[in-house]
Amino acid sequence: MAARETTVNVLLVLLLPAVALTALFIGEAFYITLATRIAILALAAVGLNIALGLGGLVSFGHAAFFGLGGYVAGVLATHAFNMEPVALGLPGTTDMPVIWLAAILLCGLVALPIGLVSLRTSGVYFIMITLAFAQMIYYFAISWPAYGGEDGLSLSMRNGFPGLNTARPFPYFIVVFVLLLAGLFLFHRLQASRFGAALEAARQNPARLAATGISPFAIRLVAFVLSAMITGLAGALFADLNRFVSPSMLSWHMSGELIVLIILGGKSRLFGPLAGAALYVLFEYALGGLTERWQLFLGLVLLAVVFFARGGLIGLLAGRPRHG
Amino acid sequence: MSLALLIEQFLNGLQLGVMLFLIAAGLTLIFGVMGLINLAHGSLYMVGAFACAAVAAATGSFWLGLVASLAAAAAAGALMEVAIIRRLYARDHLDQVLATFALILIFSEGTRWLFGSFPLYLDIPPLLQGAVALPGGGQYPLYRLAIIGVGVLVAIGLYLLIGRTRLGMRIRAGESDREMIAALGIDIRSLYTIVFAFGAALAGLAGALVGALQSVQVGMGEPALILAFVVIVIGGIGSIKGALIGAILVGLVDTMGRFLLPKALALMMPATQAGPVGAALASMLIYIVMALILAFRPSGLFSARA
Amino acid sequence: MAERVLEVKDLEKSFGALKATNGASLDLRPGEIHALIGPNGAGKSTLINQISGALAPDAGSIRFLGTDITMLDTARRARMGLARTFQISSLAQEFSALRNVMLAVQARQGTSLRFFRPVMRDASLTEPAMRMLSRVGLAGRANVPAAALSHGERRQLEIAVALAMEPKAFLLDEPMAGMGPEGSKALTGFLHGLRQEAPILLVEHDMDAVFALADRVSVLVYGRIIATGSVSEIRNDPEVRRAYLGEPA
Repeated sequence: MAARETTVNVLLVLLLPAVALTALFIGEAFYITLATRIAILALAAVGLNIALGLGGLVSFGHAAFFGLGGYVAGVLATHAFNMEPVALGLPGTTDMPVIWLAAILLCGLVALPIGLVSLRTSGVYFIMITLAFAQMIYYFAISWPAYGGEDGLSLSMRNGFPGLNTARPFPYFIVVFVLLLAGLFLFHRLQASRFGAALEAARQNPARLAATGISPFAIRLVAFVLSAMITGLAGALFADLNRFVSPSMLSWHMSGELIVLIILGGKSRLFGPLAGAALYVLFEYALGGLTERWQLFLGLVLLAVVFFARGGLIGLLAGRPRHG
Repeated sequence: MSLALLIEQFLNGLQLGVMLFLIAAGLTLIFGVMGLINLAHGSLYMVGAFACAAVAAATGSFWLGLVASLAAAAAAGALMEVAIIRRLYARDHLDQVLATFALILIFSEGTRWLFGSFPLYLDIPPLLQGAVALPGGGQYPLYRLAIIGVGVLVAIGLYLLIGRTRLGMRIRAGESDREMIAALGIDIRSLYTIVFAFGAALAGLAGALVGALQSVQVGMGEPALILAFVVIVIGGIGSIKGALIGAILVGLVDTMGRFLLPKALALMMPATQAGPVGAALASMLIYIVMALILAFRPSGLFSARA
Repeated sequence: MAERVLEVKDLEKSFGALKATNGASLDLRPGEIHALIGPNGAGKSTLINQISGALAPDAGSIRFLGTDITMLDTARRARMGLARTFQISSLAQEFSALRNVMLAVQARQGTSLRFFRPVMRDASLTEPAMRMLSRVGLAGRANVPAAALSHGERRQLEIAVALAMEPKAFLLDEPMAGMGPEGSKALTGFLHGLRQEAPILLVEHDMDAVFALADRVSVLVYGRIIATGSVSEIRNDPEVRRAYLGEPA
C-alpha cells in the first residue's frame, strides 16, 4: 500500500507542471492559470492541514489568514504604487519575497491571540470560535473603507520576483509551484519531527500527552500559528494570481472550502490537500462550464465523500494510510 | 442624541436579539440533545422566509405565509434529519461540519433553481402596519414590537414545554442520558426527528418574520447562522436560557455599538475618522465580547455540560 | 532530598453532594512501594487524579520533592518526575509501541519544539525507547500500533512509557487489571525491583500482588484514609476488617 501511495503522490506532483508545460506549448495560458490556482489552494490547505490533519483542530476560520495574506499583498502594493508609507514611515513594496515575509509574520501575529483564546476550548466550541474570529476580521475588512471595503482592492500589476517576469503566467506558476513543494516538504518533515509526534499525540490522546510531561495547549498553539502562517502565504499568492483581493477571501465560505479541499483529498495525508485542490478546481471548471448550479453537485459529492469515501481521493487511489 | 432615538435603538437591539433567539434556540437544542453541530440551520431559516414570501405573494395573505413558513421549515427539517442528519450523530464534528456544509450548498443552489437569483419581497401585514408613539417623542414601527412580542411568547412557551411537559421531560432525559432513555423504551429516533423539526420550525418562523423587514434572498441564512453561533457559544451550548440571554446580549451590543461607538469616538477624534473607525469597531464588537467571555468562561455563561 | 518524596495533606474533592475525597492524607518515602487499597467507589481514582493533576482538589495540598505542586498542571508535574499509568490503558492508539515510548523520552528531554529532524532516524530517541521496551518484554512488538496490541501488552507499554520518563515517583493505577495470572506474576516481579529506581504509589485490586509487594498499605474508604501501616498491621486492623469484610469489631 505504501508503495502505491508513493506512486500516486509522484503522479500528483508531476500533474501540475505537466499541465502547465503543455498549456505553454499549445499557447493556452488559461490552463497555466488553472494549474497555478490549484497549487495556491493546495498550499493554503497544506497550512490548514497542520492544524486539522495532524492536530485534529477543526479550524473553521482559516479564511482569516488566507484573506489577511491577500490583503498584505494588496495593501503593500497599493502603497508602493501611490508612494505612501504604510505605517510608521515604512514604505510599501511590490517585491514578492518581502510581501511573503510580511504576510507570514502578520498571520502568525494574528493567529497567536486567536489561538490563545480558541484553544482554551475544544470540539464544537473551537469550530464556532474560530469561525467567529474570522467573521470579525471579515466584517472589519468590509467596514474599513481605506482599502476598498466591500468592493475589495485591485492590484494594478502583479508583484515582482527578482529575475523573473511574473506578469507572464508560466514564470508565476513556477514561483507558486516551488513554494507549494516547499510547503509539502515542510509538512512532511514536520509530521516526522518531534513536534509532529507531540502534535499527533495531542490529537489522539491529550491526557496521555500531558501525563508524559508535554502540554497539549502549547503544542497546539504552535501548530495553529504555523498553520496560519502557511495559509497566509498562500493568500498573498492568491491575491497576486487574481491581481485582486476582496473580503470574500476572508469569508466563512472560504474557510469551509479549505476544509473541503483537505477532506476531498484525504485527511492527514501529505498530498491530500493537493489532490483535493486539483479535484475541486477541475470540478469547478468542468461542472461550472456545464451549469451555473455546480455547487449543488459539489454538495452532493461532499455528502458522498462523508458517507462513502472517508479517505478522500488518495484513500480511493492508494488505500489506507500508513501508520508509524 | 435624543431619548427617543436611544429608545428606538434599544428596541431595535431587542428585536434583533429576539430573532437570534428563535434561531439559536433550535440550534442549541439540537446540539444539547443530539450532540450535533448543524451548519444548515441557517438554510431552514431561509426556507421559512421563502415559503412565507411565496405563499403570501400567491394568496395575498401574510398569515397564510406565516403558517406555510412553519410547515415548510419543519418539513424540510424532518426530511433533512431522516435523510442525512441521523447518520451523523455517531460521527465526529468534522464529518458533521462537512455534511451540513454540503447541505448549505444544496439548499442554496436548490432555492436559486426554484426561485431564481432575484430577491423576493414580503409586505408587513396591514394589521401590523403603522407605528406606536415612544416616550420622549418619536415613533416605533408596530411590526417590530410585534416581533419582540412573538419572541417573548416563544421563550415562555419553550420554558413551559421543556419544564412542564412530557416531551420536554424526554428532551431533558435525552440530553443527560441517551442510553437510559432508549432503555426505557422511548423511541429515540422519532424523538430526535421531532426535536429537529421543531428547531427547524422556530428558525423558519424567524426567517418569515425577518422577511418582511429585509429582502428574502439566497444567502440570507448564513449571517444569521453565524450570529446564532456566537449567541450559543456565549450562552453555553445546549442551554436554552443561555441562548435567550446570549441572544439579547448580542442583539443589544451589536445595535447599540453601531449606534453609540461612532458618536463616542467623535468626542476623541475628528468626525471624518470617527465614522469609519467607529463602524469598523462596532462590526467587531460582538466578537470581542465573545472572546472576553470565553477567556473567562471557556464553555459559556450557562453551559449545560460544564 | 526530602524525607518524603510525595506528601498529600487533607485533600478534599466534592462532586455535587458527593464527597469523593474527604480529608485524605498520605505520603510516599524513598525506596518504598506504598499500596493504596479500598473497596469499589472508595475514591481511589479521584485521589490519583488529583495527585497527577488531572483533577483540581477543592482543599488541601500536595507536595512533591519538597515543592508545593497543588496548583501545577499535569504536564508540569510529569516534567518534575511524577509518572502515572492509567487504569484503562491510555496510549496514542495510532502510534506504534516504540513511538509511544519515544514520546515520553522526548518529553523528558524537553525537546518537543524541534520541527525538522525525523524522529525515527534519531538514535537519542529510538535507543532509550527500545531499552525501555526490552525491559518490559515488548521489544519484539516495537512496531505494532498500540491499538493492535493485546490488553496485557498495552499494560506493559504503559509501564514502559512511565519508565522512559525516568521519574522520581510512580503512580500506578491498577497495573494488574485484566492481566492473566501469569502476567500478574511477571509484573509483580518487575515492580519488586522497580522500587529501587523510584518509589511507587500503587493502586491495586489484586490483593496477592499488594501483599507480596507493599512496604506500607493505606486503606481508603469513603474518601478517607482509615488506616496506614505494614501489611500485617493492616491485615489485623479492626477498622479495616470492618470496612472490607463487614465484620463486627
